[in-house]
Amino acid sequence: MNLTLKVWRQKDANSPGRFETYEARDVIADMSFLEMLDVVNEELIAAGKEPIMFDSDCREGICGTCSLVINGIPHGGHRGTTVCQLHMRHFQDGQTITVEPWRARPFPVIRDLIVDRKAFDRIIQAGGFISVNTGGTPDGNAIPVSKQISDKAMDAAACIGCGACVAACKNASAMLFVSAKVTHLNLLPQGKAEKDRRVARMVSTMDEAGFGNCTVTGSCAAVCPKEIPLDMIAKMNRDYALAIFKGE
Amino acid sequence: MKLLYRLFRSSLGRKYIMGVTGLCLFAFVVGHMVGNLQVFLGPEAINRYAHFLQSTGELLWLVRLAMLSIVGLHIWSAVVLTLENRAARPVRYTQDVFYGASYASRTMIGSGFVIAAFVLFHLLHYTVQVKGVNLTGQDFTTFETTLKNGTVTHDVFKMMVVGFSNVWVSLFYVVAVSLLSLHLGHGIGALFQSLGLKNDVWTPRLDRFGKVIAWVLVIGYASIPIAILLGYGKEALK
Repeated sequence: MNLTLKVWRQKDANSPGRFETYEARDVIADMSFLEMLDVVNEELIAAGKEPIMFDSDCREGICGTCSLVINGIPHGGHRGTTVCQLHMRHFQDGQTITVEPWRARPFPVIRDLIVDRKAFDRIIQAGGFISVNTGGTPDGNAIPVSKQISDKAMDAAACIGCGACVAACKNASAMLFVSAKVTHLNLLPQGKAEKDRRVARMVSTMDEAGFGNCTVTGSCAAVCPKEIPLDMIAKMNRDYALAIFKGE
Repeated sequence: MKLLYRLFRSSLGRKYIMGVTGLCLFAFVVGHMVGNLQVFLGPEAINRYAHFLQSTGELLWLVRLAMLSIVGLHIWSAVVLTLENRAARPVRYTQDVFYGASYASRTMIGSGFVIAAFVLFHLLHYTVQVKGVNLTGQDFTTFETTLKNGTVTHDVFKMMVVGFSNVWVSLFYVVAVSLLSLHLGHGIGALFQSLGLKNDVWTPRLDRFGKVIAWVLVIGYASIPIAILLGYGKEALK
């Protein structure tokens, strides 16, 4: 099939960007969206033009690197999939597809479709860890964790930190990301010791980075490739309230 | 002090303020509706109820001042949060898809401001009873009635019947309570989320409760002006 692509091109963070139109010819339905872009880029390189810059790494939906807004929806709007898992069979011959970078003040565009997501790294540095003394390997089941808790923590740990939640939110809020990290660590016995300090610090860092506030629209959970539910945000709201009343 | 700083300066803290004040205002609109529906029990019931409220003296003013500060905090947090939200997303996408976000959730600030404007009008109309805003040419402050126990009091029943007999006043009222219903249909579910009182079991229950109560409120409130426009109360006044 043949497609028309309207792609955001921007030289660097300080240059103004604009949409450029490209033709993608002979696209195979089994290609992923990124493979289709690879083919377009090969043609651009062969013609002596600058290829379209975009982020990608594992190409199997587990690393959280790919980050494209396709026709207004981060990751393209198919349940539980990243852009690298989005196949061209979902598009029709002759369709025009708009491709944009994540849009949020804390995620400035570095080049074309690549944004700087260091704001997420700063949030993780603020509290997305547990402190342990190094030493011998602990016994496998030395700390008992109930099935219910381990399942819930695992659901939260599924977050790959891609930032689609921020990109989809009309307020560019990072609540789903931060709440997934908080829930993951605060639920488990290993993370409980630093529970209050963790949530207070991660929320402060999130606010300082300039992310917006949660208005419970649910866009974040709808686009999340790992289907992190909104309940995680409620859990973080609860943990933060307990933490600040304890004097954090 | 640190707690106050966290409450008023952090994103989550402001949402707690928004949620708690929202819950108070929700409780008020439920109580206000139940009180007002006594209009259907006839003049004696609603006038006796109104006389009881007016005779509470200092308590009435205490409640009024509390309501004023609750409304103030609710609007303050809404404005501050909205300005921050706009600043966080300076560049829009070429297509506004709003994937997964309901209409009500995206228009809270808009529905909120219309409701606030209505409340201001409503207070001038029925509480302060400014003659110029009721569009009927009558002075509501002159309406008096005698209760069965002999007390002479303000005739609230007549004021409601005369007030809502104006189509424009009733139309604005119905529009405002419809927007209130839209606002609360999202707001009730969202406030429990903001206060951290949801989990996978309670989320669907609380969201459903919010939707149902929003419909109850719009039907309850709108029934009064609609019934009066259809002729309710004219007989009782004769």
